[in-house]
Amino acid sequence: MTLALAVDIGLALLILAMAAWTIAVRDTFASVIGFVTYGLLLTLVWVRLALPDVALTEAAMGGGLTGALLIGAAARLRRTEATVRERPGVFTRTLAAVLSATVTAALSFCVLNLPDPAPTLAPGAAAKLGSTGVGNPVTAVLLAYRSMDTLLEAIVVLIALFGVWSLAHDRFWGGCPQLRTHADSEGILAYFARILPPIGIIVGVYIFWIGADFPGGKFQGATILAAMWLLVIGAGLAHFPPVSQAWLRILLVAGPLVFMAIGFAGIVTAGAVFAYPDGFAKPLILAIEIALMPTLVLALALLVAGAPQRMPPQ
Amino acid sequence: MPHSLSAQDVTTPGGLLLVLAILIPFIGMLIGFVFGGGKAMRVALATLAVGLAIVIAIAKALVQSGDAVIYILGGWMPPLGVALRADGLSVVMLLAIAVVICGIGVYARADFGSPSGVKEARAPLTFWLLLLAVWGSLNLVFVSGDLFTLYVALELLTFAAVPLVSLDGRSETVRSALRYLLYALLGSVLYLLGAVLLYGVYGTLDIPLLAMRVRPEPVAWAALALMISGLLAKTALFPLHLWLPPAHAGAPAAASAVLSGLVIKGSWFLAVRLWFDVFAGVVTLPSAQTLGTLGAAAILVGNVVALRQTRLKLLIAYSTVAQIGYLFLMFPLATGLSSAGLDSAVAVNGGMLQAISHAMAKAAMFMAAGLIYTTLGHDRVADLRGMTSTLPMTVLAFALAGASLIGLPPSGGFLAKWLLISAAITTLQWWWALLMLVGGLLTSVYVFIVVVRSLAPAHDGWKPKLPVPRYQQAAVLALALCSFLLGAAVLCPLDVMQIGRTVSRNTLLP
Repeated sequence: MTLALAVDIGLALLILAMAAWTIAVRDTFASVIGFVTYGLLLTLVWVRLALPDVALTEAAMGGGLTGALLIGAAARLRRTEATVRERPGVFTRTLAAVLSATVTAALSFCVLNLPDPAPTLAPGAAAKLGSTGVGNPVTAVLLAYRSMDTLLEAIVVLIALFGVWSLAHDRFWGGCPQLRTHADSEGILAYFARILPPIGIIVGVYIFWIGADFPGGKFQGATILAAMWLLVIGAGLAHFPPVSQAWLRILLVAGPLVFMAIGFAGIVTAGAVFAYPDGFAKPLILAIEIALMPTLVLALALLVAGAPQRMPPQ
Repeated sequence: MPHSLSAQDVTTPGGLLLVLAILIPFIGMLIGFVFGGGKAMRVALATLAVGLAIVIAIAKALVQSGDAVIYILGGWMPPLGVALRADGLSVVMLLAIAVVICGIGVYARADFGSPSGVKEARAPLTFWLLLLAVWGSLNLVFVSGDLFTLYVALELLTFAAVPLVSLDGRSETVRSALRYLLYALLGSVLYLLGAVLLYGVYGTLDIPLLAMRVRPEPVAWAALALMISGLLAKTALFPLHLWLPPAHAGAPAAASAVLSGLVIKGSWFLAVRLWFDVFAGVVTLPSAQTLGTLGAAAILVGNVVALRQTRLKLLIAYSTVAQIGYLFLMFPLATGLSSAGLDSAVAVNGGMLQAISHAMAKAAMFMAAGLIYTTLGHDRVADLRGMTSTLPMTVLAFALAGASLIGLPPSGGFLAKWLLISAAITTLQWWWALLMLVGGLLTSVYVFIVVVRSLAPAHDGWKPKLPVPRYQQAAVLALALCSFLLGAAVLCPLDVMQIGRTVSRNTLLP
C-alpha cells in the first residue's frame, strides 16, 4: 500500500466520520463546527484530485463563507434553542433515513458505472482558450463560454441579499446591519483586526488577479476581502453602512450592470451578446471581474451581517 | 419525437430578443434598487411595459419564421457554449406570463405604492424588485436550452419567490417561507444531481444534443427520477404539496398571485421540457402513469380539502394544489399517444392550456380575495355578505375565474380539459377523463359556495372598511376575462404551440 493510498483512505474515513458527526450531534453549534471541518476535508479531496480551482472555491465558499453564515445562525439560535423540544417522530426519521440511503445507493451505482474515460468538454475548452486570451480554462468557461451563467449567479447573490434584508423590522428599514460581538477596542480581536487586513487584502487581490491565468478568481478573492471587512467590523473598528446608502447600492449593482454593458457591446464589436472582439477578450474579461469584485465583497459580507437592526446614528 | 432543432443551430432573426426578455427584467430590478423608494415602482412598471413589447416581438418572430427562435450566446456553439431557444411552447408561456405579470403590476400599484411621509418602505421595495426577478427567471426557464443554465434559473426563481411569502413580516409567514425554502432547495439539489449524472455519461448539457445521445439505461433513469422528483417538490405536486397552502395563503394578495399563478409553472414547465424534449426516448408509459396517479390524488385531495376551508385565501391555495394535479395528467396522456404511434400534440396542447388558463384564473382569484379582504377586513367564507353589491366587478371576476377552473365553455380551462379528455378517450385511458369530470364537479361546489355567500345582502349600516380603487378591480376582471375567453384559442388558424418542435405537423386543435 502506497502512502498516497493510505492518505486517501484516511481522508475518506475522516469525511464519513465528520458527516455522521454533523448529523448525529444534538448541539447546533457542535454540528456547525463539524460541517465546517467537513468542508475543509473536502478541500483536501479536491487537492488530491488535482483540482485546485475547485479546492479554493470549496475552502472559500463551502468552508469559510458558509461556515460564517452557519456560525452566525447558530449563535442567534442559542438562546431559544434550549426551550424547543420538538423532534421529528420515529416514522419521519425512518423515512428520511430510507430515502437518503436509497438515493445514496442509486448515486453510488451510477457513479461507479460512469463511462471510462468520461466524456468531457475539457479538451474543447482548452482548444478554444487562445481566442479568449486567458490562461485558466476555468476562467474561460466562467467568463467566455458560459458567461451568462456567471452574470446570473452574481444576480442570484444580490437577490439572496434582498431576501435577507426583507426580514428586517419595518422600523429599521434603511438602517444598518450589525454583528453580534462584544468588542473590546484594546482586546486581542482588535489587535488582529489591525494587523491582518493589510495581509489579507494583498492575498485576496492576488488570488483575484492570478485567476485569469492560474487557479483563483473573483469569488475566492472576494470571500477573503469580505472576511477582512467582517473582521474589522467584528472588532468594533468600523460599522456597516446603512442599506439605504447610495454608494453601497451603486457598488452592489455596478458589477452586473458593467457585465451586461460589456456583453451588449459585443453585438456591435463582435457580432453577438457576450462575445469579445479579437484581441480585446482579456482586458474586457478583467474589466468585468474588477467591476464584479466590489459587488461580491459587499454582497457576501452583508449576507453574513444579516438584516438591518438599528438606525444609523444621526 | 423528431426535432427540427439540431446541433447545427445558428442565431435566427429575432434571437437577440430572447436575451432581452431575460435581462431586461433584471436590469429593471438593479436600476429600481439603486433609485429605491417610490421610484422603484415606477421603474418596475416601465420595465413591465418594455418586457411585454419584447415578448410580443418574440411571438411575431416565431410565427413569421414558422420555426424556433434561437440565439447562440457569445457566438460559442453548444456544447461548449449556451444556446437560447424559443419554440412554440416557450413562446405561449412567455406571452401568458407577461400578461399575468402586467395585470399583477397594475393591481399592486395600490397595495405596494410608497406610503406617504416615508422615503422608502421595506415591503414595497422588496415586492417590486422580486416581481421583476421572478419574471426574468421564468423567462430564462422558458427559453434556456442548457440544463445548467436552467439550474441557475431555478435558483433565481427560488430566491426571488421565497421572500414574497413573508413580505408582511409576521412570524407564521416567515415559518411558511422557511418551509418553502427547504422544499425548494431540496428540489434544486436533486435537479443538479441529475444534471451532473447526465453530463458524466453524455458529456453535454445542451438539450438537443442530449436528446440525441441519451439512451434508455440505468443512469438515464436515475437522472430522470432525481430531476423530476426535485421539480415535483418545487411544483408542489401531491404528496409534496404540504408547503404550498400556508405559503400561498399567507402572502399578500399580489404576492400570492405571483406564487400561485406563475412561480410553480416554472418548475412544471421544466419537467415538461425534460420529459418530452430530453428524455423522450427514455420515459415509459408506467412512469408517466405514476405521475398521472400523483396528479389524480392531488385533484381529489386538493379539491376535498379546499371544500373544508373556512378562509377564502386558504380555499384558493388548496384549489391550486388540485389544479397542479391536472397539469400532470398530460404526462400519461401524451406518452400514451406517442407510444401508440399517434401525435401527442393534443395532450401537450391541453396541458399547456391548462397551465396558462390556471395562471390567469388563479392570479385573478387571489387578487379578488385580496380586494374582498381589504373591503371586509377578513376573508371568512361564511361571512361574505354584501360583496356583490359592493364589489360587483370583483365577484364577477371570481366567478369567471372559477368557471375556467371548473372547465365551463368557452373558458381556457374548458378547452384544456376537452383536449385532455379527448386524448384520454383516444388512448383508452377513460379513468383520467372520469377523474377530470369529478374534479370539475368538486371545484364547482366551492366556487358556487363563495359566489352564493357573496350574493347575500349586507347588514343594514355596514360600511366597507377601506375603499378599493376601480383600476384594481378592472385589473382582476381583465385577467379573469382572459382566462375565461382563452377557449377562443381553438379558432386560431395556426397551432402556435407546436411551431419549431417537429419536422412537419398538420394537426390543429380539434
